[in-house]
Amino acid sequence: MKTEATNRPPVAVIDAGVGNLGNLFRALRHVGADPELTTDPATVERSTTIVLPGVGAFRPPRERMRGGLERALRSALDSGAHLLGICIGYQLLFDSSTEFGTTDGLGLLPGRIDRLPESVALPQIGWNRLVRRADHPLLSGIPDGENEGLFYFVHSYAPYDVPETVRLAEAVHGGAFVAVAGRGRVYGTQFHPEKSGPNGLRLLRNFLDLAENRAAVCPN
Amino acid sequence: MSARSGPERRGESGLVFRVIPCLDVKDGRVVKGIQFQDLRDLGDPAESAARYASEGADEIVFLDITAAPESRETDLDWVRRTAETVFVPLTVGGGVRRPEDAERLLRSGADKVATNTAALEDPKLLTELAERFGSQCVVLSVDAKRLPGDGPPRWDVVTHGGRKARGIDALEWIERGIAHGAGEILLTSIDADGTKDGYDLDLLHAVAERVTVPVIASGGAGTLEHLVDGLRSGASAVLAASIFHEGTHRIDDVKRALAERGFAMRLESGRVPSGSSA
Repeated sequence: MKTEATNRPPVAVIDAGVGNLGNLFRALRHVGADPELTTDPATVERSTTIVLPGVGAFRPPRERMRGGLERALRSALDSGAHLLGICIGYQLLFDSSTEFGTTDGLGLLPGRIDRLPESVALPQIGWNRLVRRADHPLLSGIPDGENEGLFYFVHSYAPYDVPETVRLAEAVHGGAFVAVAGRGRVYGTQFHPEKSGPNGLRLLRNFLDLAENRAAVCPN
Repeated sequence: MSARSGPERRGESGLVFRVIPCLDVKDGRVVKGIQFQDLRDLGDPAESAARYASEGADEIVFLDITAAPESRETDLDWVRRTAETVFVPLTVGGGVRRPEDAERLLRSGADKVATNTAALEDPKLLTELAERFGSQCVVLSVDAKRLPGDGPPRWDVVTHGGRKARGIDALEWIERGIAHGAGEILLTSIDADGTKDGYDLDLLHAVAERVTVPVIASGGAGTLEHLVDGLRSGASAVLAASIFHEGTHRIDDVKRALAERGFAMRLESGRVPSGSSA
């Protein structure tokens, strides 16, 4: 199905103990990546393309990251690695979360994770559309219309207090929240690209392209 | 924003209604029969699912219809093959009696599991599944049969393809199932199933009014108007089998028509990028 692309470095998928990553692996392979599940700080540290997935609650994967893995991730980013956080992995990128008491996040993106408003059914489960806030290569080629550019969400918490410069797209569920954020080489999506049909695969492909072509880093 | 109707019944949301093809699977093949009898072979599950996904299916539901009556283990190769090429949520039901059964399905590529008979026999199964995998993974499948008589309609829960009446009120069971951990209700009218005469709208309305979790309308869809009626009656998603299998309607045509009728939909081409960069 792939592997002509032998010049591609493996994609390190950090295993923070959040369970089933089979569908993320299948989607990454489908767009030509060679994903490798890892909990090994040394592997993370020498990776140039890193994915931080997650489902469930904020705190267990956060605690799992503390120490060696977190240091390795920061070191890899300092050396120019690209990082994509997905769902809880996206939430981990921000400063803090209020889920089950306040927990500090990785602080790679500014913002705070808070519960979605109670005016809507929670968790949000289903397809929701993006409202673009920036023209970013991560979203390139993904349609942007009333009934297009939808992605599959499963969550009860989302980032708030995110500076305008870091917001790439929002979605509305009981009010707007930041559904895609990015700064430098750190990006994240609240939705699951691996379950979002062609749009999700395109976003994963865009991330790989960003990681493989360091010159194309977007200034914001 | 145009005036459009969405599935979220309380506050503002960009969530859209879902159109879900259902594939009944027996011995690894897609089959279809009227009221679970006279089964015909309709092909390979992975191939059918891939075609539906490319037409814009928002999710795909597989029901292994032989699992409950014959108590056999679900052979999961077709789930794995489907997950290799289909990148929308996959729900698989049939034979989920213990958390380990759900785990095998999830590991094979399912995103949600549907449980029916086993949950009725032991509702704690729903709690165990929700605690282990999250409510968003747990679909309670309910087959309801309208009780004869005058007065407000009532429905009994039935199992084994409608052959076994359980003597339990369907609305009460659904509320109890949600309290135990079900995150979504797949609601099938056994009276309407396979008839193409339309969903049991009284049933849909009665359930959707009582619960906040998504309700998937199932059983009886034969025309576009039936899907419209299902969404108007409070369903978050409409599930259909024969109208898609028999080629009466394509999923993309149905979704465009529903969008034109004011229902928020996901409309986009199903071309899946793969391999090296575009």
